[in-house]
Amino acid sequence: MKTKLEELLQNGPVVISLGVREFAESLQDQGVEVVHVDWSPPAGGDAEMAELLDKLL
Amino acid sequence: MAKDIKTRIETANAEAFRRMVAADPVLVDVAPAGDVIPGLTDKMVLHSGPPVDWQRMSGAQKGAVIGMLLFEGWARSKEEAIKLLEDGAITLEPNHHHQTVGPMAGTITRSMWVFVVENKAFGNRAYCRQVEGRQQFGDSSQEALQDLIRWHDTWAPALRAGLRQMGGLSLKPIIARALQMGDELHNRPHAASSLFANAMAVPMIEAGIPKEALISTLRYLAGHQLFFLGLSMAAAKATADPARGIEYSTVVTAMARNGTEFGIQVSGLEGEWFTALAPPVKGLFLPGYGEQDAGLDIGDSAITETVGWGGFVLGGAPGILSFVGGTPEEALSYSRDMRQITVSTSPEFLIPALGFEGTAVGIDVRKVVQTNIPPIIDTAMAHKNPGHPIIGAGLVRPPLDCFKRALIRFAEKYGLK
Repeated sequence: MKTKLEELLQNGPVVISLGVREFAESLQDQGVEVVHVDWSPPAGGDAEMAELLDKLL
Repeated sequence: MAKDIKTRIETANAEAFRRMVAADPVLVDVAPAGDVIPGLTDKMVLHSGPPVDWQRMSGAQKGAVIGMLLFEGWARSKEEAIKLLEDGAITLEPNHHHQTVGPMAGTITRSMWVFVVENKAFGNRAYCRQVEGRQQFGDSSQEALQDLIRWHDTWAPALRAGLRQMGGLSLKPIIARALQMGDELHNRPHAASSLFANAMAVPMIEAGIPKEALISTLRYLAGHQLFFLGLSMAAAKATADPARGIEYSTVVTAMARNGTEFGIQVSGLEGEWFTALAPPVKGLFLPGYGEQDAGLDIGDSAITETVGWGGFVLGGAPGILSFVGGTPEEALSYSRDMRQITVSTSPEFLIPALGFEGTAVGIDVRKVVQTNIPPIIDTAMAHKNPGHPIIGAGLVRPPLDCFKRALIRFAEKYGLK
């Protein structure tokens, strides 16, 4: 029975790419299967806004 | 406490959304501004955007204000007009403080005829001037003023006679049809302009308008593809105003620019402006003009985006891309993005290219800040200096700082800071 690692090395990875779309596109160009998820940090990383939004949204 | 305020906000925003989609804008008159706009007094010029004084006004807006002083006969030359403005003899106030909106520099004085749109669902009225390609961009030449004079002397009175003959014109059916004909009702209101001309032609003939004025007005309507923008702006203002002043609502009720600052207003923070430096517009220039000539973002016309038209429905109006730039795929993604920052979608204004889904309505300040996605606006471009007609068109986003400032103020007002 193959280990998970052996399976991964033999079949190639399926990648989940979070955030910057160019990372996913670059892998797709190389024939890698990619699932892209649009994501960015809440409030663009603005800590004060993120804290406020916790209370309001 | 925190949970309670979230519920209150959701309830308030649902009410703001309900009022916006329930709007029933009807063109009831075309009239001299001084007869109908509340608080518009003698020697007063209304302008687009948040409040701004003469010294801080953008070049295009200064040029347009000078044009209005010449149009009214308050000054006989540009120099005399500038002297009156520097001496403080002319009052300058935002259109939005008078239930009014205006394209680009947005200048309105008492003798300028305006559209009167009544929202029959709530009984409020809103006003907007006509759209043209010169004076509203800051050109105060005799040629530019000729268009205002023809509007005043011939075209506006003819439209008033036609409207009185027909007893008013409901705008909602025209808007709904135009959105399905490739319009976005901001820089591409071509279908709506044609539908309006169709609706007005027979009543104007029936009204017995003298032949010369009738032909001139019909020719004006038939040849003016952007005509309906003045009506979509008035309809949008009449739609947004009932959503003002709902306690706890974080829904945006106005987005407006004066070429110096971009400002937004928020339902639960009635009467306040949240401003930041107006951004540059990215787009395409008319021959003879380039980036070095462009002024910053200007005009009240973003009231169309405020109620979910304009840039929000670019996906359904790919024809406009030859004017503002971009690809059909980008246009579709802009429209989809707008759903992330709004309360819900319109049950009546449907976009075929988006699978007949409704337009995104009710910009929520919280969602804009959370997602870091500012609203998308398509717009014309004015020169940075006075004295020029339209120089191009493109796309622009409001500064996020407007929304962040509103959120901070909201937290203060409602006891969270």
